[in-house]
Amino acid sequence: MGIRFVLMVNKQGQTRLAQYYEYLTLEERRTLEGEIVRKCLARSDYQCSFVEHRNYKIVYRRYASLFFLVGVDNDENELAILEFIHLLVETMDRHFGNVCELDIMFHLEKVHFMLEEMVMNGCIVETNKASILTPIQLVDKNS
Amino acid sequence: MIRAIRACKTAAEERAVVRKECAAIRAAINENDTDYRHRNLAKLMFIHMLGYPTHFGQMECLKLIASPGFPEKRIGYLGLMLLLDERQEVLMLVTNSLKQYPVVRNICSAEMARDLAPEVERLLQFRDPNIRKKAALCSIRILKKVPDLAENFINPATALLREKHHGVLITGVQLCTDLCKISTEALENIRKKCTDGLVRTLKDLANSPYSPEYDIAGITDPFLHIRLLKLLRVLGEGDADASDSMNDILAQVATKTESNKVAGNAILYECVQTIMSIEDNGGLRVLAINILGRFLSNRDNNIRYVALNMLMKAVTADGQAVQRHRATILECVKDSDASIRKRALELVYVLINDTNVKPLAKELIDYLEVSDQDFRADLTAKICSIVAKGTCFTGISSLEDITVSHVGSCEHISYVGLAAGNFVKDEVWYALIVVITNASELHGYTVRALYRAFQTSAEQETLVRVTVWCIGEYGDMLVHNVGMLDIEDPITVTESDAVDIVEIAINRHASDLTTKAMALVALLKLSSRFPSCSERIREIIVQFKGSFVLELQQRAIEFNAIIAKHQNIRSTLVERMPVLDEAAFIGRRAGSLPGAASTTTVPSVSLPNGVAKPVAPLVDLLDLSSDDTPAPSSSGGDFLQDLLGVDLAPASQQSAAGQASKSGNDVLLDLLSIGSPSQTSSSTVDIISSNSSNKAPVLPLDDLSSVSLSSKASSNAAPMMDLLDGFAPSPPTENNGPVYPSITAFESNSLRLTFNFSKQPGSPQTTVIQATFTNLTSNTYTDFVFQAAVPKDIDATLKRDEEVSHEDDCHILP
Repeated sequence: MGIRFVLMVNKQGQTRLAQYYEYLTLEERRTLEGEIVRKCLARSDYQCSFVEHRNYKIVYRRYASLFFLVGVDNDENELAILEFIHLLVETMDRHFGNVCELDIMFHLEKVHFMLEEMVMNGCIVETNKASILTPIQLVDKNS
Repeated sequence: MIRAIRACKTAAEERAVVRKECAAIRAAINENDTDYRHRNLAKLMFIHMLGYPTHFGQMECLKLIASPGFPEKRIGYLGLMLLLDERQEVLMLVTNSLKQYPVVRNICSAEMARDLAPEVERLLQFRDPNIRKKAALCSIRILKKVPDLAENFINPATALLREKHHGVLITGVQLCTDLCKISTEALENIRKKCTDGLVRTLKDLANSPYSPEYDIAGITDPFLHIRLLKLLRVLGEGDADASDSMNDILAQVATKTESNKVAGNAILYECVQTIMSIEDNGGLRVLAINILGRFLSNRDNNIRYVALNMLMKAVTADGQAVQRHRATILECVKDSDASIRKRALELVYVLINDTNVKPLAKELIDYLEVSDQDFRADLTAKICSIVAKGTCFTGISSLEDITVSHVGSCEHISYVGLAAGNFVKDEVWYALIVVITNASELHGYTVRALYRAFQTSAEQETLVRVTVWCIGEYGDMLVHNVGMLDIEDPITVTESDAVDIVEIAINRHASDLTTKAMALVALLKLSSRFPSCSERIREIIVQFKGSFVLELQQRAIEFNAIIAKHQNIRSTLVERMPVLDEAAFIGRRAGSLPGAASTTTVPSVSLPNGVAKPVAPLVDLLDLSSDDTPAPSSSGGDFLQDLLGVDLAPASQQSAAGQASKSGNDVLLDLLSIGSPSQTSSSTVDIISSNSSNKAPVLPLDDLSSVSLSSKASSNAAPMMDLLDGFAPSPPTENNGPVYPSITAFESNSLRLTFNFSKQPGSPQTTVIQATFTNLTSNTYTDFVFQAAVPKDIDATLKRDEEVSHEDDCHILP
């Protein structure tokens, strides 16, 4: 399993989306998020985007006010994860049209669907934006 | 609702809103409101994300899954994944419905895995690629839970590798990778059948024309690239044939991939990793390391970071090639990013060998001056370990060379102390002192540099210790400007200036016991080096006679006595320390005490007031112990002892006058000026620990016997004295049984005490000590008390067998 969790956190440190690919209790999740967020948000622009935390690595990337944090195993390719974050953002961008934090908050389930198309069980499965978005658009059309 | 939560300013408000919403959702659930069910669940997901308990919604998920509409079902599954956890029994209920809709599978328990495995296997051959993709993922999950199912999946998995659809291919590759990790059988199987196919796939992918849907930064599906490379890595590891067949493609990927975008670099990075872990191919490795070298000079922090990480691993495989990039790595030590600096520093440390230790250490020391605060502690520690490492290779000479060739570098050594301040660990200053003593031609310079450094920053504990020690040792050099180097500015230091420094150190509140003790020793040494200040030094020492700390008090008293009464031997007592033995230092640091094997524990001197303290430092201090190094009994005394002059073999020569057994005792008694016990009052003679080594007959009495003699006179209440005496009886020369010369343990004008040693044949462990007390006066002794104290590990029995002319009282102190 490559990816352990995907987090989206805003500048204030509030979680906007959390998806875990391993089981953690609610309590563990909260402490984990707190630790990570404190660690990553304190870093400045000129530092590299990889942080080692506990026994895994966190790859993060910042888009405007939103931080994307991805926890990965140690043998995972960090650069690829960076690229994946970018792909995720591009996909959301295509769907929402200039995506912003509010889009993610109010359409949480859609972002989840997207993420789910892209990552399953901790590995990246789909990287084609069109095929990621088709099922979501289908659902939209139906309802 | 989300808006309401966003509007909340405090956590308390937020909790209130969430509680209200939860209540509403619960009510809706109870009413079985089907229209808004999925809305509610979406809300619940949000609440869950904020970290509130949402278990009441779990059944709701199931209801949604069971509902006919696709959107409802979809959201139901989503909720299921998010809200449920693997341990709950609800899952059993889910299993059935999952059988019908194997769409989403992030969650699964072991039993479920068993139930679903055949189903998933069937689906792996399904027509729709999306289903195949998901089935593959599902199998990964199942395999993780139940590894013994692996063999069932080998065939369908290999079939997946021939897919054209990227999504399926990527999951297929992932499935195979996992299979290989789980079972060696699968690994063999896949290696045999699929390596060539994978190489072809990768080749196609690398050469594929532009395809818009998978294009990322001009490269077709980098993720698939990476997965493929990873699988190849697993296959190639430890198998020469497989590695051989993938050489070409790896070389192609490594050379052709564009490296100006992150995606390209990601592929290169993965490729390098694969090259490094597959079976040896010199050419490819060089290529890989050159790629890493290019990474290092990249402007992007991230890329430098991964390159350093990778090089770290590569060092073991091919150190030589990594060495070529040393200069670039050294640049990275100066990077603005802390994590890159740290990695680079570690890497530099690994890279150091005897040929490059000099320039590297020099560079690092240079950099130390300009580095920022946080980093200095790290850097210092590393430099010191580099120095230590350097000594392993070439001896300290390398560092000396640096010191000589480099302008003011001893100042840098002191900077080491300065810069890192109190973060420095103890070893660092021990190491510093060792380094300093060994650089004999630089003593004068060092002490002056330290003196100057002390003037500016007296609050650094480490610096203070080193300075005090150096002034004690080389104070005269400081004053007379001995050994001036061309580069330094001359300074004028008077003798009293030097004493000032030590006085400041000793009176500082922040100084701890070790520092103060070191300062006392330094003062003693200075008193001999600067006769003009002797009186002032004595005053300082006298202040400490009232110290509450036993160690300090005792030393102060002893030193005071030395200064006041024993001018003639003082200069020999406080001779400059011999050069510290580096090997011993390193060995000691490694935790093995070279001398410890042959010695027993140092006897604890039981002071008249009943407090036991380790005697080791004192023994060394007076240079009177036997040839044997006493093993330090407490960690505190350990290094102190080193510092104070451990080299015992020369020491015993130095005080040879005091050692020649019989007459030696007289000198000793002189030295410590024992007030003669008054005859009428009861006098107590403590013979403390006349111990014999109970280990082997070879070294039976080699270790010191300390005799402490306290005499109490009722009339004048003379100060209590500790007399430490070391005996070095000549080792046994005859073969037919050891013979030990008798010694006079104590002699005054009123009493003589001699010990005769003998061994009983057949029991080498037992040493019989016959103590003879001789009254040298005409008076009669009454109430004579003889007490003997021995270490716990030696059994002692006291026997009275003399015809005594006076009352005699014997007892053994434990």
